[in-house]
Amino acid sequence: MTREEIRTLVLRTFARIAPEADLATLDPKADVREALDVDSMDLNQFVLAIHDALGVDIPERELPKFFTVDGAVRELEARLSKEK
Amino acid sequence: MAEFRMPSLGADMDAGTLVEWLKKPGDRVSRGDIIAEVETEKGIIEVEVFTSGVVERFLVEPGTKVPVGTALAILQEDGATPAAPAPSAAPAPAPSRTDAAPVPVPPTPAPAKPEAPPRISPAARKRAAELGVDPASVAGTGPGGAVTLEDVEGAVPRAPEDARSRMRHAIAAAMARSKREIPHYYVNHTVDVTPLLSWIERFNEAAQVPDRIIPGVAFLKSVALALREFPAFNGFWMDGRATPSSGIHVGAAVALRGGGLVAPAIRDTDRLSLVELMHAFRDLVARARASGLRSSEMSDPTITVTSLGDRGTESVLGVIYPPQLAIVGFGRILLRPWVVDGAVAPRSVVHLSLAADHRATDGHEGALFLARIAENLEKPEAL
Repeated sequence: MTREEIRTLVLRTFARIAPEADLATLDPKADVREALDVDSMDLNQFVLAIHDALGVDIPERELPKFFTVDGAVRELEARLSKEK
Repeated sequence: MAEFRMPSLGADMDAGTLVEWLKKPGDRVSRGDIIAEVETEKGIIEVEVFTSGVVERFLVEPGTKVPVGTALAILQEDGATPAAPAPSAAPAPAPSRTDAAPVPVPPTPAPAKPEAPPRISPAARKRAAELGVDPASVAGTGPGGAVTLEDVEGAVPRAPEDARSRMRHAIAAAMARSKREIPHYYVNHTVDVTPLLSWIERFNEAAQVPDRIIPGVAFLKSVALALREFPAFNGFWMDGRATPSSGIHVGAAVALRGGGLVAPAIRDTDRLSLVELMHAFRDLVARARASGLRSSEMSDPTITVTSLGDRGTESVLGVIYPPQLAIVGFGRILLRPWVVDGAVAPRSVVHLSLAADHRATDGHEGALFLARIAENLEKPEAL
């Protein structure tokens, strides 16, 4: 999976959680909890969706690394390449 | 033959407006299928059907407000014989002898309107033409059933109010009624949830991804368990007295993106494990935010819990959802200096509040109820 594909997946997952948000204008370095008004239930859904899509298990203590789009892409890329 | 009736979606509901049919005559429905959308004070609810069979005909048009219990549609139940045609309908042609196996009888069409042209005043006829209204479709209220100008204007389909403003209207009605009728009293408490959070952390380390829980689920369960010992807060104020409910169905207030909220019930909250509760709650939040709640979930939460979550403020004092007897509020989890074993230490604490109906209970009992919820949170392994 390329970085761009991962980015698309991350954005699509957030788009499902916050359908009203304009993700085209979302700063990839912004904390999604603030930028998208994402709460703990939304984050739980994000982790579950990523797990279903990629089989990647995001441990709860690592969750803060996923609070930005850039961070989530970087972490997922690292995890997927480690699995290879 | 079975009648599908306007359901009661809450002890306080006496009428509902049929918003839309989601099936059409001739469609097969199974128990649990969504057949219609109904608007109540609680918002627009998807209504399930409790029989399996075929939709024979509709008795009520979308946009009509009818009392609870009014027949909305006729269903042909599985295994039942088709209904005899209405006497006013034209006699069915005799089946020809060459017919093979019996084919399902198509739904009986509604009796045709008389062919005579409708009586209508010239002004009304002109207006009807302007508005594109068929005078034959308008029920006349003038002399001899004549269609008047007002009848024509009243028959123009109004633009459907947008779902968001309907929900606003529903919340406004329920909350205004609450503050008008219910003498609220409030008690508050702050509880150290540090042990709960570390317990959840350990639990989640060991759990599969779909089974991981969030603190909000523990909050729901702590209230549900406390209600077993404090049934006076679980139920409804009806006909001038408190009517406790035998089941504990906690309504979880869910804020909707872009405004508005719903508080669907989680059936038998006290009997679900934390993981079961998490699955139910996650599913509810997802569907509530996509506006897909079912009638059975809206029927009678016996208490409401509002939890501001990690994006909220320190505390919340709720407004009771009529005719419920209480609402429990959970503020945001905060790190605060706290005295533990005689020394100050940083601890995660949460502010609990209870707003209860003073007609049903008093402050002392409320304080004990809240203290019990706090104790439940302090012993997470028992949740």
